[in-house]
Amino acid sequence: MYRYDEYDQQIVDERVKQYRDQVRRRLSGELTEEEFLPLRLQNGLYMQIHAYMLRIAVPYGLISSKQMRMFAHIARKYDRNYGHFTTRQNIQFNWIKLEDTPDILADLASVEMHAIQTSGNCVRNITSDEYAGVARDEVVDPRPYAEILRQWSTFHPEFAYLPRKFKIAISGGKEDRAAIYAHDIGLSVTKNAQGEIGFRVLVGGGLGRTPIIGSEICEFVPWQHILTYVESILRVYNQYGRRDNKYKARIKILVKALGIDEFKRQVETDWADLKDGPGTLTVEEVNRVVSFFSDPTYETLTDHDSKLNEFKADSRSFTNWMLRNVKPHRVPGYAIVVLSLKKPGSVPGDATAEQMEAVAELADRYSFGELRITHQQNLVLADVRQKDLIHLWQDAGAYELTASNIGLLTDIISCPGAEFCTLANARSIPLAQLIAQRFEDLDFQHDIGEITLNISGCVNACGQHHIGNIGITGVEKKDHEEWYQVSLGGAEGNDSSIGKIIGPSFTFDQIPEVIDRVLQVYLRERIEAERFIDTVRRIGHTPFKEQVYAKDFASAEEEIADKHKVVPAQYALPYYSPRF
Amino acid sequence: MIIKNQAIVADDWVLLRLNEQECAESVAIPEGKVIVPLQVWLAQHETLRQRAEVGVWLASDERPEKLKEDIHKFSVIAVDFPKFSDGRGYSIAYNLRARLGYEGELRAIGDVLRDQLFYMQRVGFDAFAPRPDRSIEDTLKGLTDFSEVYQTSINEKLPLFRRVQRKGNSAASVA
Repeated sequence: MYRYDEYDQQIVDERVKQYRDQVRRRLSGELTEEEFLPLRLQNGLYMQIHAYMLRIAVPYGLISSKQMRMFAHIARKYDRNYGHFTTRQNIQFNWIKLEDTPDILADLASVEMHAIQTSGNCVRNITSDEYAGVARDEVVDPRPYAEILRQWSTFHPEFAYLPRKFKIAISGGKEDRAAIYAHDIGLSVTKNAQGEIGFRVLVGGGLGRTPIIGSEICEFVPWQHILTYVESILRVYNQYGRRDNKYKARIKILVKALGIDEFKRQVETDWADLKDGPGTLTVEEVNRVVSFFSDPTYETLTDHDSKLNEFKADSRSFTNWMLRNVKPHRVPGYAIVVLSLKKPGSVPGDATAEQMEAVAELADRYSFGELRITHQQNLVLADVRQKDLIHLWQDAGAYELTASNIGLLTDIISCPGAEFCTLANARSIPLAQLIAQRFEDLDFQHDIGEITLNISGCVNACGQHHIGNIGITGVEKKDHEEWYQVSLGGAEGNDSSIGKIIGPSFTFDQIPEVIDRVLQVYLRERIEAERFIDTVRRIGHTPFKEQVYAKDFASAEEEIADKHKVVPAQYALPYYSPRF
Repeated sequence: MIIKNQAIVADDWVLLRLNEQECAESVAIPEGKVIVPLQVWLAQHETLRQRAEVGVWLASDERPEKLKEDIHKFSVIAVDFPKFSDGRGYSIAYNLRARLGYEGELRAIGDVLRDQLFYMQRVGFDAFAPRPDRSIEDTLKGLTDFSEVYQTSINEKLPLFRRVQRKGNSAASVA
């Protein structure tokens, strides 16, 4: 993976110094909260309901065991012994004190990490394919370009105060595993007929209140020009993106208002001045960064291991795990392993300090000391010898990391929801837990097969509900109670689509039954091994609607006076709160 | 006092802002060194261009291309930041320097604060009029937050990868 040189280290160290002084000035009153707000956001610090939340960047989801151990240290020393992995491959700590944040950033800098631009109206952490470098369908490894873009976007002076946040994702496989259609800029690194590397560039995708699938702005930007091309997109956006209404400020609204053709014309007019200028990438720089992503020292192995097959025959749970959590690797004898952070009953994406240390140890033992964080909020060991799978499964099982549910119903993506977030209308995590417990039966989940279920506590869509096959959104109602809308038909990947709402919203307790009714229709209507999403696309929404709304729901409503006051039981009070 | 070329210096320019009753065509412009709004310049440039020294300022939603024909006549061009979080001024400055070839004083005015100064300097501002309620000595410190940068911009024509020899994996993997 990429390692800092003296320049990278100096920039991050100077950031810590700058931020430490900003915090000092805030605490002394020299800076008002309004002035401090974008400064702390651009260091990943949010004020939530109970405390500050610190979001730390994991560039394109790639992390070393040493860095993961630092997360465990931060969880213990500054938080409540756990952290939350996010859909943008980062980690968040939920119980942070403002006074501690400069020290946390200094600790992070000591292991080549930071929280730069993980929030705020700037270019955010670049996300990528969690199987980059090891996927069988990979055309070009996206990681070097993700790193080059990370450096380019870090403290870009012109684009630190954009109309709104700006998210870039990059993928290099035939199948898109980075949701590039749902980003402000989506990049697919590929090769043309001559074998030259370049980028298919999508622009104006995004979720939130107005979900839009990104449009292609250029079919092929040669690799030398990708930084200047992205710069021109950002310059047009910075000048003309709306600043009068935060809900209309994302680039997707500008692209839609202008039309993709006019937007492209403006970008390419701007770009004409930059093309071939000093911002153009050089072979030397690309080669330098590529050198950090060269293969580890793989052994020469074969794909067949008799011990594995014997063990599979003996152990049904191992077989299930192999089926769902182990993915093919491009090198014979190796496998990609997904460690699930979605054990039914747990909080999706949460890991304790002990689990972080355990996965760091597993990475050292089985996967060249590296890990990846997935945008489905799980962890990946990318380079495991197949002959180690049994031991790995046994070791990881001790830390509850082997739920065999990757890509299944209980592999739920969820935002933090109303217990933590001031924006949310409703709770997300307890709903995810309730659903996971209802459908815990693994045989049933395997029978349902591939399906995505995404939950957001509000329309801002941090849980990416629009691109879940089943999407659940907390909606605001006059009575301030918790209500949820259900949508069907969303998908990510090459055939991305935005889900459609099936009808009137539901209460918290009704949701598991709603999902059950939806699944009954699928089981009744599916043809052979048809996936859930394919059935929805084939038969449309009507049969699902009819089934869901056919009968009343049993009423066992839990009374919740104020959802923001409901503190999750697992987090003992009293809590520190910056609000009071 | 303003910050200019990394130092605190006296400033004898007068900034003209129109109040609601005044209109660009008829407003009386004081004698001496005045920085007028773009609209005033466009309305009265026949008389204003007779002056020995004149300055103009742009609001964040105005286009610098409007100054294209007269760009070298100005002793100072200022860009207004109505709120420090309005980032359009950065692209205006970039366009003035990179596209219109403006080489005179480029001054940030309005909600100009210490923590944005480093970025402002990078996109071509060389003068800053900090918000009056803030210490100018303290604001000056914002110019030196970082000693190294990655990207090309106005004050650094080459990106880091073209300026220095950076090490590849062979050195880094030893650590």
